[in-house]
Amino acid sequence: MTAREEILGRVRGAFPGGDGGGVTVPRGYRRRAPVPRGDVIALFGERLADRRAAVRHVALDELAVAMAAMLWAREAKRVAVPADLPRAWLPGLDGVRPLTDDPPLDPAALAEADGVVTGCALAIAETGTVVLDGGRAQGRRELTLVPRHHLCVVHADQIVHTVPEAVGRLDPYLPLSWISGPSAGRTLEILVVEDW
Amino acid sequence: MRFSDAARPELGDPAARRGRRRAAAEARGRRADAVGGFPGWEALREAGAAIRERTLRELGTHLETLEAAVEEEGGHVHWARDAAEARRIIDSLLPDDVPAALVRSDVTDEIGLDGAEPGPHSKAAVVGAGFLVAETGTLVVAERGDGLSFPGTLVAVAGIEDVVPGWTDLEVLLQLVSRAGAGVPMRPAISTRTGDFALVLLDNGRTTVLADPDGRAALRCVHCSACSDVCPVFQRTGPRPYGPGRAGPIGAVLTPQVRGVEAPLGASLPFASTLCGACADVCPVKIDIPAMLVHLRGRVVDARRGRPVPPPEMLLMRGLAWSMGDERRYEHTLVRRARWARLLARDGRIRRLPGLFGKWTDARDLPAPPRQSFRAWWRRRR
Ligand code: SF4
Repeated sequence: MTAREEILGRVRGAFPGGDGGGVTVPRGYRRRAPVPRGDVIALFGERLADRRAAVRHVALDELAVAMAAMLWAREAKRVAVPADLPRAWLPGLDGVRPLTDDPPLDPAALAEADGVVTGCALAIAETGTVVLDGGRAQGRRELTLVPRHHLCVVHADQIVHTVPEAVGRLDPYLPLSWISGPSAGRTLEILVVEDW
Repeated sequence: MRFSDAARPELGDPAARRGRRRAAAEARGRRADAVGGFPGWEALREAGAAIRERTLRELGTHLETLEAAVEEEGGHVHWARDAAEARRIIDSLLPDDVPAALVRSDVTDEIGLDGAEPGPHSKAAVVGAGFLVAETGTLVVAERGDGLSFPGTLVAVAGIEDVVPGWTDLEVLLQLVSRAGAGVPMRPAISTRTGDFALVLLDNGRTTVLADPDGRAALRCVHCSACSDVCPVFQRTGPRPYGPGRAGPIGAVLTPQVRGVEAPLGASLPFASTLCGACADVCPVKIDIPAMLVHLRGRVVDARRGRPVPPPEMLLMRGLAWSMGDERRYEHTLVRRARWARLLARDGRIRRLPGLFGKWTDARDLPAPPRQSFRAWWRRRR
């Protein structure tokens, strides 16, 4: 008997009357809440602050300047960027050299980057999370894992309130990275663009 | 080794105990903040408990769905009856020429893997899975603080119970493990990948637990560690005395079920608890650990009853049953025992009982019995 047959046989044998089934999941927990947009965006900022992630709210035409200031403050000189990062985000900054991931940066080049700038797929207010799925302005997953500083641009209308709203919108077949605050090896800064 | 013997050196290290006490208090504080103000926490727990219970009851179906989904997306599923088989399979899946990195989890510890953390240059990695979504074939890793890039060859290892039926179930379980365990709204880094990995599904005693209707709920566990953080016993002893399996309250119910209640560790773990109930209160999937411990204590006693030479406490209990079974016998015994006990006492306390009873006074004093029993006093008053 193969290990598969043996294990599945014992699993089925644990319930002699067939699959025990019959459990319904009570979904009475909060999946969404009637909260004004402004409060959702403010909550996102609060949660990020709880997790020691720096957050700034800017208008679209202030984005490039704000980003410059944040990169300068971190002394980030070589900044990895995904190939499809909107041009307007990274203006020609004195002393900041974008390393475009096209062709893909090799691990050594990536390790030399001081930081990375990306967008995100969505953000969750209640948990202070940004989720990347490799889509537009996000690049491949390695990009955000190696550099020690991550600056993530979030549009206000990408922010959902609850985790169930986020899970409902995300595509399980894409490579997802949920990032909630900084970790031991990496800082996190968020720029929330209020008007898009 | 018995739990109490293994715990002795740990108890003798006050600095380590202080450290554990402080860490546990901090963890409890974080957790209280994370669940206290969260609207609908109890409803979320109800849903989590039901999702995990449903998973176990339909485990065969969900495992087959998972297998089909993983293979559909270009992955491959392997089955391992025990730790040795799992290690053999993993070895055969990894390339010979490059070192494999390891993302640890309870399951990788269980089968005894070790290795360095993955870095940008890793070409192969073994990853302990957090969850596996049956419906989509998705691997979810929530343990690693820095996230995970899943380089080159990827081998995921999971217990058969780590499967969850649907994608939507993650909206419940990710919140539960994050808030109850780490005391944060969401773990710092969660990575998912669908397809393109080899999966090793491990039994290693789990089907034995599943077959016990009074014990199987232990497999609902989502490895959040909240029960250990609130456990007064764990706080004093640390993880080591729980032996090679899981530590803390959940280990005290799983290890005896997996390894049996005959050997000293399995026979003593169900008693490594004051039954205070703190673990059941915090468990995000509502595992009734104290009830399970009581059930297992019964199994330990039953196993002993079958032995040719009855253990001393059983002889003692039989003796007690004999003397308490008759009022005159009982009163007589009481008077005689009280007189003996007062001879042993100094300043109203007995520090050490003679013979076998000495074990009981190893860890506590016994107050000397009063001159007059309650029953005698009551008779005289009337
Ligand atoms: S048994 Fe303990 S570790 Fe497992 S889910 Fe419950 S509290 Fe968490």
